[in-house]
Amino acid sequence: MFDYYNLEPVLMWIHSTMCGLMPEWLAFTIEGIAVGIFIMVMYAVLAIILIYMERKVCAAFQCRIGPDRVGGRGGLLQVPADVIKILTKEIISLKNSDKFLYALAPFLVIMASILTFSCLPWNKGGEILHMNIGIFFVLAASSIGVLGILLAGWSSNSKYTLIGAVRSGAMIISYELSIGLSVLTMVILCGTMDIQEIVAYQENGWNIFKGHLPALMAFVIYLIAGNAEANRAPFDLAEAEQELTAGYHTEYSGMHFGFFYLAEYLNLFITAGIAVTLFLGGWMPLHIAGLEGFNTIMDYIPGVIWFVGKTFFVVFLLMWIRWTFPRLRIDQVLILEWKYLMPLSLLVLVIMTVMKVFGLVF
Amino acid sequence: MYFIFLIVVILTAIALVVAAMTIAKLIAPRSFNPQKGEPYECGIPTRGESWVKFKAGYYLFAILFLMFDIETVFLFPWAVVVAQTGVYALCGAAFFVGILILGLAYAWRKGALEWK
Repeated sequence: MFDYYNLEPVLMWIHSTMCGLMPEWLAFTIEGIAVGIFIMVMYAVLAIILIYMERKVCAAFQCRIGPDRVGGRGGLLQVPADVIKILTKEIISLKNSDKFLYALAPFLVIMASILTFSCLPWNKGGEILHMNIGIFFVLAASSIGVLGILLAGWSSNSKYTLIGAVRSGAMIISYELSIGLSVLTMVILCGTMDIQEIVAYQENGWNIFKGHLPALMAFVIYLIAGNAEANRAPFDLAEAEQELTAGYHTEYSGMHFGFFYLAEYLNLFITAGIAVTLFLGGWMPLHIAGLEGFNTIMDYIPGVIWFVGKTFFVVFLLMWIRWTFPRLRIDQVLILEWKYLMPLSLLVLVIMTVMKVFGLVF
Repeated sequence: MYFIFLIVVILTAIALVVAAMTIAKLIAPRSFNPQKGEPYECGIPTRGESWVKFKAGYYLFAILFLMFDIETVFLFPWAVVVAQTGVYALCGAAFFVGILILGLAYAWRKGALEWK
């Protein structure tokens, strides 16, 4: 049904044409450079869109207008102007910091976020890294990020950054468990770890409808834990402005700081993207059983639009949460995870397994 | 095949950071001032060591995390085949998860999850 929008034959055709024109290693080199440039451009464009969206959503929730001066009435050029501004700021290196680790931390943070970013299924046949252990690789790669945060906080030799990093480390590793368990629940439902196959499993109904109550609970747990993973309010105590100035990146200036900011916003998008892949059908269109005409019209919309649209919907949900709830204390955050979310996600896991084994899912 | 793209993606991440840092180094101003090398503490000079001791509670949570993270890693291959192997795999994993839940209950009872 979706062959019309399948990108795989097109990409295969491009590859075979290139191999016919030049030796194979050269073709692979050119393709590699093209993929690299594509990732960088997507990364920058998405970061700009997300930051602009965050500002406008935040303004709407606080009854303000938001950016409206730079670049016409909508303030469309505000974020590009900020990018130029951040590039022209001095990069300060501290006197007593651990220079090597201080420089290494942004690499780890950006690497974690780009590795997970390239696993997102944009369309049928349209993902950069296609692995049979896709979702497991996403979990593994995203845990590199916490290393970068801990290194950044520890190496800058400042009390604020140290406290911010330790808080953030404890929080992120705790919430990683709930993310892992809710992903595990969905792997049990789909019976595969391949991201494209997980999406293909949802062809006749998204997982959130297929899995009854356990899938819905896993989705809510994933959203809460994902919000904590992305270091956003109400779990933003790693960089609680009123107590720790900027948390683990207090001592980073200019573009050095920019990497953490970039990674934070892209992690928001990635969290939403993985939620969409696992629960809301990835690039699959919305189908309502019985409405044939409606389903046919929905099939004409390309998969990439479905994926990006759903992802931005989940991003909006996360922003809504961020600008609505007050910040928690560190003990409340850890107790919420260990005493409530963790037993709940284990329970959801058990219910889902029993349902799957006895064939009670759709 | 996808290992080539894995290397490409890792190189892209490194290239992104290096390129942005190079641009920033080229166009950013530079000036020296001994005050800039000090850690920022809202204007007050730092007292004592900056690498201070912090709560052991964080360490406790990290150890608990290790236990459950490895559990998740072990359960992933099981999750793929559980639908085919049926009740037998279900009982095996139930035993495994049961022991871990006992571990969590023990930590809870001992007060490892309290923030003191």
